Amino acid sequence: MEVTIPVLILAIPLLMFFLLGLLGKYMSHKLAGILGTAGMGITLLLAYFTAFTYFFSGAPDFVDAQTGQRLQYIVFNQDWLAFYNNLVIRIGFLLDPISALMLVVITTISFMVHLYSNGYMRDHHGVYERGFQRFYAFLSLFSFSMLGLVVATNIFQMYIFWELVGASSYLLIGFYYTKPSAVSASKKAFIVTRFADLGFLIGILILSFYTGTFNFTEFTSAAVGESGNLFAVNEATAQGISNIFATSAAPMFMGASVLTWALVLIFMGGMGKSAMLPLHIWLPDAMEGPTPVSALIHAATMVVAGVYLVARLFPLYLMSTAALDIITVVGALTAFYAAMVACVQIDIKRVLAFSTISQIAFMMVSLGVARPEFHEGLGYMASMFHMFTHAMFKALLFLCAGAIIHAVGSNDYTEMHGLRKHMPVTHITFLIGCLAIAGIIPFSGFFSKDEILSACMGNSWLAYLWMSLVAGMTAFYMFRLYYLIFWWKEHKIHAGHHAPHDQAWTMTLPLVILAAVTCVAGFIPFGNLVSWNGEPYDFMAHFDWSIAAVSLIVALVGIGLATVMYRKENPMPAKMRNALPALWNWCFHRFYWDELYMFITHKIIFNGICKPIAWFDRRIIDGSMDGLAYISNKASWAIRGLQSGNVQTYVWIYLLGALLLGAITAICVI
Amino acid sequence: MDITMIYYLVPALIMFCCGVYGFITRRNMIAMLISLELMLNAVDINFVVFNRYLFPGQMEGMFFTLFAIAIAAAETAISIAIIINVYRSVKNVKVDDLTEMKN
Repeated sequence: MEVTIPVLILAIPLLMFFLLGLLGKYMSHKLAGILGTAGMGITLLLAYFTAFTYFFSGAPDFVDAQTGQRLQYIVFNQDWLAFYNNLVIRIGFLLDPISALMLVVITTISFMVHLYSNGYMRDHHGVYERGFQRFYAFLSLFSFSMLGLVVATNIFQMYIFWELVGASSYLLIGFYYTKPSAVSASKKAFIVTRFADLGFLIGILILSFYTGTFNFTEFTSAAVGESGNLFAVNEATAQGISNIFATSAAPMFMGASVLTWALVLIFMGGMGKSAMLPLHIWLPDAMEGPTPVSALIHAATMVVAGVYLVARLFPLYLMSTAALDIITVVGALTAFYAAMVACVQIDIKRVLAFSTISQIAFMMVSLGVARPEFHEGLGYMASMFHMFTHAMFKALLFLCAGAIIHAVGSNDYTEMHGLRKHMPVTHITFLIGCLAIAGIIPFSGFFSKDEILSACMGNSWLAYLWMSLVAGMTAFYMFRLYYLIFWWKEHKIHAGHHAPHDQAWTMTLPLVILAAVTCVAGFIPFGNLVSWNGEPYDFMAHFDWSIAAVSLIVALVGIGLATVMYRKENPMPAKMRNALPALWNWCFHRFYWDELYMFITHKIIFNGICKPIAWFDRRIIDGSMDGLAYISNKASWAIRGLQSGNVQTYVWIYLLGALLLGAITAICVI
Repeated sequence: MDITMIYYLVPALIMFCCGVYGFITRRNMIAMLISLELMLNAVDINFVVFNRYLFPGQMEGMFFTLFAIAIAAAETAISIAIIINVYRSVKNVKVDDLTEMKN
């Protein structure tokens, strides 16, 4: 494959960032919007071309002619920082099924969001918001970073871009920097993910220390042609790892092998980015950013980076089932927790945020339960499939929410109710998104979620039942949201306001496109494109109708419950709330996680650690320096009288001294 | 009566002590300069006397004294110039009052 196109995929968004960031204020708002969107459009076409070439050209670089197995292909790999011979950090472009998939996802959602923001970032009179050009510059920076992350050829490149997406997420959450809540939300997101990245970095260092490489291809495959299975762990690396861990000096730490520790620490970075319990607290607050940003970063792309990371290192994770079990447990708990909380939130973006957390947890669980021996690694494929479909329908839901918020001027469903007549396009597309996330056939979510449940079934009954329960809750809270926005009662139009209506074409077109994708994406023969070992995987052969039927029934029960409770105004929700006030309070306050963090940071860390350190700094370190200065100051004042500048005094003292010396000499001589 | 070295050295010593006393006690810069010249001349006398009595055949002490007188003249000229300039700017030549550069 030519190098030009992959380079351009990364270069165009970066160029747009510099162009809009440096020259944006000299151009009109409209031009900046068009430039940003056009740049992303070109990137979209190039990424589609690259992905389609990879998947469908059948070139020997991309697919093994005999086995039909897809290969990892490095388009370019440039030395970037050469410390010494065997410690080189490279920047490159790796094409394999999941990176090609992510190229498509990122550029699609990013383009939709660029287009949508042309309408969203204005008020009702069409006046552009302050910092419109800056917004597009940051969007381009984010797209660049995210694309760089998914095509990383080595774990260090991934880490660099990982931090870059964190930084651009910080910039975009804090876009309304005059709003204190947005500023604190951006800081929270940055600090929490940074904290998680500390684990990621330590994990990288441990892993590279023992394997002697940063490169994914060396972690996961042997040189082309030597090993049959390019997605399995490189034989030499595997041998090296097992040798290290088999010797008597095998580094064990607190009862787990170093490999497990490294993988769990790397997963910790993923937990931060993907908002897994207990590092999820930043994501709901991140909804302070503009809604298109929530759709792009906090629903479709950046937050799945953690899933992508685990998928990227999946062959290594297979060597440590303990790490996979931890992923499963964390994912399962997070999925349930987020679904519980999503059931009672008032702010529609918060509901979507918790639903995102829950869905990402689905993907994590799916990776966690994936084993080659169950259904040929179905979980891996299901996770990637869900990542794809979820990106589409969750971006759709967020963009719909943005259109609604733009029309109504509030985030709370209490201000909405009964919007279906006023905003028909938004209504239909939102309904499609809800049906997809609930898992109703034939929308895309049904297929991907069903495969996740099948994969759970392959692992254990408990995982299956648990995730089915969460799937039912998903259907319930999404339809609760849907009914509360579009039904419940007639929309109340405040005096002096005109009725809400569907937004400009720039905002509705992305909704329609994404809804169309959501309708058909389930029929993509996904197993042929992505599977854990690159071999085509016929999921119809493994398709289990009984599981599909059960999950469908569970989803319908959830929807039915929501319909009974929320379709028309009735006292039932209030009654239930009063019946279990404690449970409702815990859910509404997100199980007091934020308060717990506040307690730990403010009461324990600030008082117990920071204050003594501050005291030590001020009293002991500063104090010793201040004391030195004080002493020399006082001493100087004491002896300053000697240097009077009066020559006669000097002569007098000199004379006395000379006489004294003369006297002493005389005495000695005599 | 033989005129020995001591007849010259004692007046020179008295001159020198007068010079020192004057330099330390006087506050007027002109007076201090005069005292300084007194000390210098006492030393010149010593030079000449030592040369005359101890090394009669040689002339180094004499010439050294001539140089010292020439240098003292130049030095005095500079000092007087400085003192006049100081007087112009502060209308005073008392060393106690010349404290503008302090602090």
